[in-house]
Amino acid sequence: MILEVKNVTSGYDRVMIVNNVSISIDKGEIVSIIGRNGVGKSTLMKTLIGLLKTSSGEIDFDGANITKMKAHNRAKSGIGYVPQGHGIFPNLTVEENLKMGTMINSDGTQKNFEMVYDYFPRLAERKKQMAGSMSGGEQAMLSIGRVLTGNPKILLLDEPSEGVQPNIVSQMGEIVYKISSELGLTVLMVEQHMGLIQQITERAYVLDKGAIIASLSQEEVKDNQIIKQYLTV
Amino acid sequence: MSYLYQFCNNFSFLILSAIGLSIIFGMMGIINLAHGEFIMLGAYITTFLATAGVPLPVAILIGALGTGVFGFLIDRLIISHLYNRPLDSVVATWGISLIMCQGMRILFGSSIPGTSTPLGSFSIGDGKYSVYRILLAVIALLVVVAVYFIFMHTKIGLHARATMQNSSIASSMGVNSNKMYALTFAFGSALAGFCGGLYAPTMSITPDIGSNFMMESFVTVIVGGTNPLVGTVLSGGVLGLVRSFLEMNMGTFAGRVGLLVVAILFIRLVPKGFSGLVDNIRKKMEVKKHAKN
Ligand SMILES: Nc1ncnc2c1ncn2[C@@H]1O[C@H](COP(=O)(O)OP(=O)(O)OP(=O)(O)O)[C@@H](O)[C@H]1O
Ligand SMILES: [Mg+2]
Repeated sequence: MILEVKNVTSGYDRVMIVNNVSISIDKGEIVSIIGRNGVGKSTLMKTLIGLLKTSSGEIDFDGANITKMKAHNRAKSGIGYVPQGHGIFPNLTVEENLKMGTMINSDGTQKNFEMVYDYFPRLAERKKQMAGSMSGGEQAMLSIGRVLTGNPKILLLDEPSEGVQPNIVSQMGEIVYKISSELGLTVLMVEQHMGLIQQITERAYVLDKGAIIASLSQEEVKDNQIIKQYLTV
Repeated sequence: MSYLYQFCNNFSFLILSAIGLSIIFGMMGIINLAHGEFIMLGAYITTFLATAGVPLPVAILIGALGTGVFGFLIDRLIISHLYNRPLDSVVATWGISLIMCQGMRILFGSSIPGTSTPLGSFSIGDGKYSVYRILLAVIALLVVVAVYFIFMHTKIGLHARATMQNSSIASSMGVNSNKMYALTFAFGSALAGFCGGLYAPTMSITPDIGSNFMMESFVTVIVGGTNPLVGTVLSGGVLGLVRSFLEMNMGTFAGRVGLLVVAILFIRLVPKGFSGLVDNIRKKMEVKKHAKN
């Protein structure tokens, strides 16, 4: 088990959003967290990377208890966080954005850059362009590429399909799948895009009002009936 | 010629006095009301050392360094508890400025013996020009180049720019933003101390000399906007021009008032200052470039 979340409660100031959540993920798995708008998916992701404090419960990552660790140290322990809305630095160039990822782990940086440019040739063409002037799809790829330059152990993706053209989404899914299988990289993905969820995930947790209300197998994820019931209001 | 000299004078004064303030403001969103007193501290350290026989350039560098260390301590002790609370930090830095000013008065009286301006002067026609003042203009340019280099071409500069754009995402990528802020505050303070050291030989040293720099540095930063480099240089240039023109034709007082009036008008028209202006232009150019592709 690479990530284990035990009875975690967290939120903003005094409003708790994530309520007693427990999940666990094995190395190399691609797992989705699904749920409607505002149920606390992003809040959970921010808690995992450490941008929000854990009020109670425990988070273990790669054999260490990281519950009290600050975000920048969690990143360095190998967590690649890709925030909702992609969170690229708009006034840095594509290349500078990619360089930011190398803080996660500075080994073999040059090789990692080449790997990222292989997965996303679009980024190689636009190295010197300001990231803010790229399209939604390009920004999504940049935000994933940015953490890959740091060779992380897990990817936390928060709605990577947001703002990405529908016909590009499945292409993105293919790349994420390829990255995960080629690098043995674990992926925890928050998504609402049914196609992308069914395309790449092996199992899923359903979040509602901050709590896990169901855990779905791959067969259940592939069942349109079941998945629609959890995604629509 | 004398117009150019005057412009160089004003430009270097505006840039040197504003750059530290502007880096702290641009990076951290903190308005450091003790900025003038940091400059004063640099001037004091430099003057003490210079009158004790330390060569002036060394004294100035130690003045900058000392003020930087002082800024670092102030950040750790006070400012770091007020990140994300801009209003409280204004009050706190105001308090620090009062304490520093009064503290100096109590410790060293209402003035200390100064050093004279080195390097002498030369004249062309009617005009008399101080070599040291011309050197200051060169140094101002070097400071701008150095700051540009640090921000644009070093790893720490990259982390600083990322933190400035989005501190929580920068920290989720492994940047320790508290450390970044402490460094920024120390660096801005050191630049203030450097300014104080550089101007120490040109003025009489009293605990309230900070106020000589305060108005100019604030106006420059306000007109410049949040981009410490582009904003400060452009605004220093334009304000320097305006001020020189008014001073030459209508006297020093008109120069100061004119500076304020221009700043107020400018801010009415371009609320985000030169930084916002440059941003807009750059965006338009990027869009055009893409339209072509
Ligand atoms: N900074 C904040 N301060 C206070 N409350 C917040 C903050 N951010 C989000 N919330 C609240 O927390 C709840 C969960 O928000 P969250 O962003 O985690 O939802 P989500 O499941 O990611 O939704 P979406 O699918 O729209 O991204 C919402 O009720 C939201 O209003
Ligand atoms: Mg969300």
